[in-house]
Amino acid sequence: MSSLSATIQDVFNEPGCGKNANKTEAERKKGCTKQLQPGGAAGGCAFDGAKIALQPFTDVAHLVHGPIACEGNSWDNRGSASSGSDLWRRSFTTDMNETDIVFGGEKRLYKAIKEVIEKYDPPAIFVYQTCVPAMIGDDINAVCKAAATKFGKPVIPVNSPGFVGPKNLGNKLAGEALLEHVIGTEEPDYTTPYDINIIGEYNLSGEFWQVKPLLDELGIRILSCISGDGKYRELAYSHRARAAMMVCSKAMINVARKMEERYGIPYFEGSFYGIQDSSDSLREIARLLIERGAPAELMDRTEAVIAREEAKAWAAIERFKPRFKDKKVLLITGGVKSWSVVAALQEAGLEIVGTSVKKSTKEDKERIKELMGQDAHMIEDMTPREMYKMLKDARADIMLSGGKSQFVALKAAMPWLDINQERSHAYMGYIGMVTLMEQIEKALYNPMWAQLRKPAPWDDAGVNWQTKAMEQMDAQAAEIAADPVLAEAARRAKKICHCKTVDLGTIEDAIAAHGLSSVDGVKEHTNASGGCGACKGRIEDILAAQPTPMLQAAE
Amino acid sequence: MAIVTTSKKACSVNPLKMSQPIGGSFAFMGLRGAMPLLHGSQGCTSFGLTLFVRHFKEAVPMQTTAMSEVATVLGGYENVEQAILNIYNRTKPEIIGINSTGVTETKGDDVEGFIRLIRQKHPQLEKFPLVYVSTPDFKDAFQDGWEKTVARMVEVLVDPVEAGAARDAARVNVLPGCHLTPGDLDELRTIIEDFGLKPSFLPDLAGSLDGHIPDEFTPTTIGGIGVDEIATMGQAAWTIAIGAQMKRAAEAMQQRSGVPFRLFERLCGLAPNDEFVAFLSEISGRPVPAKYRRQRGQLADAMLDTHFHIGGRKLAIGAEPDLLFDLSSMLHEMGAEVAAAVTTTASPVLERIKTQEVLIGDLEDLEELAKARDCDLLITHSHGRQAASRLKIPFYRAGFPMFDRLGAGHQLSVGYRGTRDLVFDLANLVIADREANHQPTPDTWRTTDSGLQVVPPQLH
Repeated sequence: MSSLSATIQDVFNEPGCGKNANKTEAERKKGCTKQLQPGGAAGGCAFDGAKIALQPFTDVAHLVHGPIACEGNSWDNRGSASSGSDLWRRSFTTDMNETDIVFGGEKRLYKAIKEVIEKYDPPAIFVYQTCVPAMIGDDINAVCKAAATKFGKPVIPVNSPGFVGPKNLGNKLAGEALLEHVIGTEEPDYTTPYDINIIGEYNLSGEFWQVKPLLDELGIRILSCISGDGKYRELAYSHRARAAMMVCSKAMINVARKMEERYGIPYFEGSFYGIQDSSDSLREIARLLIERGAPAELMDRTEAVIAREEAKAWAAIERFKPRFKDKKVLLITGGVKSWSVVAALQEAGLEIVGTSVKKSTKEDKERIKELMGQDAHMIEDMTPREMYKMLKDARADIMLSGGKSQFVALKAAMPWLDINQERSHAYMGYIGMVTLMEQIEKALYNPMWAQLRKPAPWDDAGVNWQTKAMEQMDAQAAEIAADPVLAEAARRAKKICHCKTVDLGTIEDAIAAHGLSSVDGVKEHTNASGGCGACKGRIEDILAAQPTPMLQAAE
Repeated sequence: MAIVTTSKKACSVNPLKMSQPIGGSFAFMGLRGAMPLLHGSQGCTSFGLTLFVRHFKEAVPMQTTAMSEVATVLGGYENVEQAILNIYNRTKPEIIGINSTGVTETKGDDVEGFIRLIRQKHPQLEKFPLVYVSTPDFKDAFQDGWEKTVARMVEVLVDPVEAGAARDAARVNVLPGCHLTPGDLDELRTIIEDFGLKPSFLPDLAGSLDGHIPDEFTPTTIGGIGVDEIATMGQAAWTIAIGAQMKRAAEAMQQRSGVPFRLFERLCGLAPNDEFVAFLSEISGRPVPAKYRRQRGQLADAMLDTHFHIGGRKLAIGAEPDLLFDLSSMLHEMGAEVAAAVTTTASPVLERIKTQEVLIGDLEDLEELAKARDCDLLITHSHGRQAASRLKIPFYRAGFPMFDRLGAGHQLSVGYRGTRDLVFDLANLVIADREANHQPTPDTWRTTDSGLQVVPPQLH
């Protein structure tokens, strides 16, 4: 049994991670956990990440060991869909009280496991560790082991207390728990040359069912989906799959890679968002299966299905083209969804004015550049005010984003569409893209907007809050433009490193004063990039833009 | 007189309860320009934040000290300091409201001490309003967090008033419990103002989470009561506390500034509103406006119309103590039987609930009791939706969170008008359920040879 910190180090060392591969040894040790800033952080914790990754296993009882906050504040909050058991939607927690903190919570946890088994008899229980029991030293591994022996049932410890890092790390720690305790512990009744695993797919809004019929038609069997609409037994025998597709690029790469290493299951990274992506993914699945021994005619059938579905989808999207002519989309979302949705939107004739790359990996960014051209306007850390201005300047007609930025768009009386996990529509595969277009059209052309944008009869058209806000921003911009000193100050005040709050001016001064030529040098003198390191690219650009330093001696 | 028992289970299934710190943050959200800050790991904040956003469908300000494992073990002074400075510099708040969590309470961080040091070290913060409340997750519940936090706001933010100082006879402090919605607060404001009184609500969620569109983009709360107004609350003639949870804050106010208080444990139903309106008439010296005489008549008529449907219903209700007391009492007065009552935390009102037993437990308990006792009306927050679909009985969502229906912030329960609409909604639910699920068939009343009914009538 490896310790939690060893597991975390192991996860940080993930060779399958492209971002990681570009790091130095020392950087890798520090991990990919973005250093969190007190008073300026927003995301979920590692426990949240672990729960998100595993909760879609539908027939498992998910038991959270901790005080009420961890589970009581968060349960039944994900839109994954199940074709069978609803046990995953029930909530189980030890709801630790003061006495447990003083005397330890292991006994309560053990009793809780017993109660769950007696009442609900699930095929397995996943036990999630949280911060407080981790602090007081509750050994959930030992409790799970004892309970598993006593009750003759898999009781799986998921060691990912919130304070070890962000959501993303929790995803991977959850994957480690599966690798260590579940995968490979059972055998399927039979196997076929067409067995695949889908890794990192959560079946939100049941969207995977927009794709599954195509796989069914091709005779491709999903041996195990990790974890959307997944079942414990399928997970336990998932090591017998012939190939795997990894869907969410960052969430569970360790699972895909280690299953390749241990069981020889090749994987590829793909997406079912967007028409082209869907076709590529189907092809890739067929290719890998054929490589592993499936008959070559699978590819012919796959191509036939692709041709048919693409034709159908293109035909369906065709009718949106006149409606979307000259319409601009502001796309704010993280990671894999950015580049896969960009293509689809362009296919329908929409113009993309920006896409956020905050959560995207370097590779993701490259892909966006490839799709959108070199001048892709990527928006890092856009403030609500700037987003609003962008929308309001009519540089965008609609914003697509995750839940949290929606209010900026909606309060500005601008159409908005949810494309994150809380969304209620399914956007996967060929059908899903058509649905997305329908939703965009509905939002864009709702007659409500015209009424909402008009000021109240007793308000002057010129003095409503929107106009005032715009005027303020324009006045600021004009002031800056008119005054070179101010403009220079504004330019220099641009934040480069958000973690360490370092602005452009400070970095430029340091470069000039010390003749710096490397990111490390800048870090040494200004502390910039000393946090999460996300600003390294920006610093490289700044260095590149400087007149070549005459001497390196000062460094 | 109800017997209050606590569940003996080791495993809470389908919790009714939410944690104390976010109840505290919720209270800070009713202050203008506020940034609620949880001293804990980032998940403590993010879960709460998501819950509030889903409930109100609004942007919600809430920050975290982002405690890592190492910081938690070593103590969180630096994180608290950095968080306060970052929030102060970046979001320009008028107040930062800090609640502790389970993580930092287990370590035992002395946050009051931290704040003293931070004020010394950073002169710009010397007078800046920072309110800290200890609210460990492993004790108490959401409502308690609100209770303690509002009481602490009074202790820290209200200027003391010397005995015998002149009071503003028209000014009234209102201390609403967390079971009231922004819509409820607006309704109360209208009623109180109609008596010529000037109310100050602490906290005032109607100013911040009623969904209005703000003039300025601000990462803090977009409205609510200002720190300046809170400071002068000691000059009011009266304090009205709503819900037993607010007694603590009302007492703190009285102690600090001598303002007498009147506690209204309920404001849903005919009798409680008679009391409330009569009190307003008394302290304002004004007769009850015709508007409320008419509204009272409308409520009376609504009770007449709806008692056919609500009377005799077997109610299963899960809610925090004050909401439980308020709604179950009103329904008891309408002839419903409170057959199953589950709550989250201890409260003096529990034993006065008109039922046999009140259980401090979870939604699994409520579901089992509802089933065992043949309940035919379920009232709880949105997490009751799974139980409702299994029980197949009419389900009315009340309390926090309400994430699967819209308009949570505007759902009313107070006042004659609020009660009127509430009993109509409940009766309509019952009618819809009868139409959908309990239509008579030729065999509904058919008896067997032995004279016994084959199927017991299900015509509720």
